Amino acid sequence: MDTSVGKPLGRVDGRLKVTGGAKYSAEMPEEGVVHAVIVGSTIATGSIVSVDVKAAKAQPGVLAVLTPDDAPKLAADPVKKQSPTDMVVHALQSRKVQYQNQPVALVVADTLERATYAAALVKVKYRAGKPKVDVKAEQPRAYKPKQINGKPADMDQGKASTDKAAATVDATYVTPYEHHNPMEPHATLALWEGETLTVYDTTQGVFGTRARLAALFGIPPESVRVVCKFVGGGFGSKGSPWSHVVLAALAAKAVKKPVKLVLRREQMFSQVGFRPETQQRLQLQAREDGKLLLVKHDTVSCTSEFDEFVEPSGKSTRMLYASDRITTSHRLVRLSVGTPTFMRAPGEASGTFALESALDELAVKLKMDPVALRLKNHADKDPETGHPWSSKSLKECYRVAGDRFGWAKRDPTPGSMKDGRTLLGWGMATATYPTLRSKASAKATLLPDGTARVLAGSHDLGTGTYTVMTQVAADALGLVPAKVKFDLGDTRMPETPVSGGSQTAASVGSAVKKASLALRDKAIALAVADPGAPLHGVPAAQVTVENGVLVSGGKREDFAALLKRKGLASLDAEASAEAGPEKDQYAMHAFGTHFVEVRVDPDLGEVRVSRCVGAFGVGTVLNAKTARSQLLGGIVMGIGMALMEETYLDPRSARFMTQDLADYHVPVNPDVPDIDIIFVPESDPHVNELGAKGIGEIGITGVTAAIANAIHHATGRRIRSLPLTLDKVLATS
Amino acid sequence: MRHLDYVAAADANAALQRLSAKPQEAAPIGGGTNLLDLMKLHVQNPAVLVDINGLPLSQVREVEGGGLRIGALVRNSDLAQHPLVRERYPVLSEALLAGASPQLRNMATLGGNILQRTRCAYFRDVSQACNKREPGSGCAALDGYNRMHAVLGVSDKCIAANPSDMNVALAALDASVHVQGLKGERSVPFIDFHLVPGTHPDKESVLQPEELITGVTLPASGFAARSRYVKVRDRAAYAFALTSAAVALELEGTTVKAARVALGGVGTKPWRSKEAEAALVGKPADEVHFKAAAEAALKGAKPRTHNAFKVDLARRTLVRALSLTAGIA
Repeated sequence: MDTSVGKPLGRVDGRLKVTGGAKYSAEMPEEGVVHAVIVGSTIATGSIVSVDVKAAKAQPGVLAVLTPDDAPKLAADPVKKQSPTDMVVHALQSRKVQYQNQPVALVVADTLERATYAAALVKVKYRAGKPKVDVKAEQPRAYKPKQINGKPADMDQGKASTDKAAATVDATYVTPYEHHNPMEPHATLALWEGETLTVYDTTQGVFGTRARLAALFGIPPESVRVVCKFVGGGFGSKGSPWSHVVLAALAAKAVKKPVKLVLRREQMFSQVGFRPETQQRLQLQAREDGKLLLVKHDTVSCTSEFDEFVEPSGKSTRMLYASDRITTSHRLVRLSVGTPTFMRAPGEASGTFALESALDELAVKLKMDPVALRLKNHADKDPETGHPWSSKSLKECYRVAGDRFGWAKRDPTPGSMKDGRTLLGWGMATATYPTLRSKASAKATLLPDGTARVLAGSHDLGTGTYTVMTQVAADALGLVPAKVKFDLGDTRMPETPVSGGSQTAASVGSAVKKASLALRDKAIALAVADPGAPLHGVPAAQVTVENGVLVSGGKREDFAALLKRKGLASLDAEASAEAGPEKDQYAMHAFGTHFVEVRVDPDLGEVRVSRCVGAFGVGTVLNAKTARSQLLGGIVMGIGMALMEETYLDPRSARFMTQDLADYHVPVNPDVPDIDIIFVPESDPHVNELGAKGIGEIGITGVTAAIANAIHHATGRRIRSLPLTLDKVLATS
Repeated sequence: MRHLDYVAAADANAALQRLSAKPQEAAPIGGGTNLLDLMKLHVQNPAVLVDINGLPLSQVREVEGGGLRIGALVRNSDLAQHPLVRERYPVLSEALLAGASPQLRNMATLGGNILQRTRCAYFRDVSQACNKREPGSGCAALDGYNRMHAVLGVSDKCIAANPSDMNVALAALDASVHVQGLKGERSVPFIDFHLVPGTHPDKESVLQPEELITGVTLPASGFAARSRYVKVRDRAAYAFALTSAAVALELEGTTVKAARVALGGVGTKPWRSKEAEAALVGKPADEVHFKAAAEAALKGAKPRTHNAFKVDLARRTLVRALSLTAGIA
C-alpha cells in the first residue's frame, strides 16, 4: 500500500481551525468562569510601598483584588526552579519590583470588562530605584555564565595557525530586543476541585507546566492536569510557565471559581520573555585562498536582575566552518528588565547574522565569491566535537539553490546590478540548526471498528504535529491516515518533552512510530496464534498489514475482525523512544542556505526582498506541505528580523515602549516575495527512528545575513545592526 | 464599572444636543477605529458615545463649479475608489489607499480620520507623561523614543506627529472643513483646521467639543488631476509614514505655473508648505528646483535624537513626489 509519510497531506485539524471549531485555551468551555486582569508595575526597579485597592474592591462584580499584602502564599519559593528551563515568576509573593509591567496586583471579577476597569483603579505607590538599561554601558560589569545550554560559555577549539593572514575582519554586530508576538496571546484557565488543579494553558510544554505548578502549590504532579489542544504560535515564548500561569491558579484558589487570565498585547511585551539585545564582536583571519585561520566570536547579551538566560550566539560558530582556531565566548549583563528567553533559533538566529555577515565581508576583502569562500571552509566533520556528521548535504544545498537562483550571473561589484534606477542586490548565507531529541512516549490503540487512536501528550504550535503524527502512525500500523485519530495536548497522555528546539517531530514521532509498530506486532501475534483463525500458523514475519488488513499470501483478516473474534474492546501498546549511543558518535545538524535578492530605492532607502531561494537538507521530510510551511514561516520571520523587528527600551524608565502590533512590525504580505524552497534528498540512519531532522527553526537562521549581504551588494553599504531600516541604509552613504 | 451611555443620534440636531449637554464627556463615534482603540487603553474615557452613523453624511456629490462635497461619514475605502476622486484628485485616492489596512479603511470615516490622534507611544501609555493627554504632566517623547515624531511645528511641550495620510492630501488640495454646531454651520480652511501644539498640545483643532464635522469640500482645480502621494515607511503596507508628500502641479510646458505641496510624517499637523510652493512657481520643473523646494519645505525643522533622519528623508520624499507628478521620474 501507499505510504503516507512525505506526502503533502492537508492538515487534519485544518477544517476545525478555519471553521472556528478548534478550541484554544482561553476558549475552553467552563461553567462559572470568572476573569482575572493583571496590574503591571510602572517602575522597573524598587519596591511597592502600598497598594490602594479600595476603589477597585468597591466595584460591582469584583470578587478579589490580590496584592503582595494578601495574596495566598505559595508552597515553594518561585525564585527556586524545578528545572533549569523554568522561569523565576512574580506571583505577588514579595513587594520587590524588578521590571516594568511586573505583576503587582491581580483583580478578579465576574466579567472581563469589570475586571479590566477595576484593575485601572488600583493605585500603587512605589519606592523607585534607578534602572539599569544599557547593554553597552553595563559591559564592564559583565559576567561569565556557568553554561549555555549545557555547554561551556567559552570554548577555544584548535590552535593558532602559523600561516600569515591575507585578510582580516574585526567588526561588532548588534541585534535588538525582539518579542515573539504569537497571534494567540498567553492565556490560562485554572480551576481547583479540592486539591486537584486543572489548567488549560497555551503552552509549548504541558508536562513542564505541570511539574512547576505542582511544586509551587505543594501538591503531587498527579494532582495537576495541564491541557493544551491548540497553540496559536509560541516561538519560544510559551516554553515554560510565566507569572500569569501561577497567578491564574492562585486566583482560582482564592475565589474558589475557575479563573481565566488572558494577557493583553502590551503585557506580552513585558511578562513573557523576549530575544535579548546582543553585541557580538566577530574576528576572522584568512589566507589568500580563503582558508580560515581564526574565527573569534564574543557575545554580550543581557539577562534580568533575578534570573538567567543566555542568548548563545556563538553556538553555531563552534560547528559551522572549519578553521585552524575557533574561539567563542558569552558574557551577560544584568539589566532591569524581565527575563529574556528562547526565541525561534535562540543563538543561531542572532549569531548567524554576525558570522554570516562577517564571512561576506571577508569574501569582499579577498575578492572571492561568497559561496566559494564557504565551500573552501566546509567542515567535513564537526569542528566542535570532531565527530563525523550523521549526514550533511550543505554542498548540495549551495549548488541547487545557487543554480535555481542564477547566482552565476552575479556581478560582485556593489551597485552594479540595476533595474532602472532601482538597485538590485544578491546575497547569500548558510543556515544551520542542531538536530535534537528527548525522551518521549506514545500509546496506540486499535478500536473495534478497525481504526486506531494514538496519543502523546505533546503540542501542535500550528506546526502540523496532529498531521504528521497521524501519517507516521498510519504507515506503521498499515492504515490510511483517515483511519487514524491522533490526539495530543494533555498531561493524562503519555509524557513528551517541551515543543522547543525543533524536536517534536523527531522525539514524539519516534515514540509514535515505536508504539504503532508494537501495536501492529501485537495484532499480528494474536492473528497467527489461534487455531481456526485465518492466519493461524503463519510466521509473524510473513504477515504484512495493508489498509487495515493483515495479509500473508492469500490469507487475510482485518483489524476489526480480529478484535471481534478475540472479543476485545480494544488492543493497545505503549512505547518510549530516546537517543541511544549514536548521539555520542555523530554530530547531528540540519544545514541549508538562503539566496536572496533585494531591491533598494537609491533615494529613499526602502528595501524590499524580491526573490528568495532556499535549499535544505533536513533528513526525511514527513509531510511535504507542512514542512514547506515550517521553512516558509522561518524565512518570513527572518525577513522581519532583518528589516523591521525591534522593541524600543526607554533608557530612562527601562520600559518597552513598543507595545502593539501596529508599532512592532512583522512582515505583511507585500513584504514577502514568492519563496522557493528546495528539499535536498537526504537519508540519515542515525538521527532517530524517522530519519527526520527538526525544521521549526532552521528557516530563520542566516536570513538576516543573506539580506544584509544583499543590501551591501546593492549599495556598497555594510549595516551591522538589525533591523536594516531605511535610515541606516541612507545614513551610511 | 464606568458607566457609558450610548446614543444613536437620529439627526445632526439630536447629535449636537447630546454633545452639547456634556461637551467634555461626550464623544461622537463614526467608524470607531481610533476611538475604541484609545478607550481600551484608557487614553480617552468618554461617558457618552454619540453614534452619528445614522446621519445623512455618506454622500460624495459634485458642487457647482466642479468641486466635490464629501460627507463626514464617507468611508475611507469608498472615498478612495470614488470615480470622481480618482479622476480629479488622484493624490487623495493614493493617500487613502496608503493608509492603514483594508479592514480599517472599510470602517474609518472622513470625519474621524481628520481627527485621528497621534501614534506617540507616550500618549498611548497612560503611565507616561504626556501634555496632550494630561496637560502639564510633561512630554516623555522629547528625550524618549521619538523616531516616529515630528520635526516641523514642534514645541517644547509636544512633538507628536499627525499620523493621517488622508490629511496630507486634503492639506494640499485646499480643502475646507464644514463644521456644525447648535448655533449653525461654519467652514474652516483645512490648513487652518488643525493646530500646532504650542503650549496647549491637548488642543488639536479648532473644532469645539460641541461641534461636529459634517463634511469637506474640495474646490475645483485645474491641476489637482496632476497630483501624487508618495509615502515612505518601514514595511510595504500597514505602517505609518516616516515621511510622505502630497503634491499637485500645474505645468506650462516645462515651467511650474502653480504648485501645492503638503508633507506627512514630519509635522505636528498636516503640513502644507507654502515655502516649497513659492520656490517652485515660475521655475523649471527639474531636479535642481525640486531640491530647492525641498530645502525650503524643511527649513526650520527641529529634529530630536531618533528622528534626525526624517529631515533629509522628507526632502527626498518631496523631490520624488514632485518628479513623479511632473513625469520626470
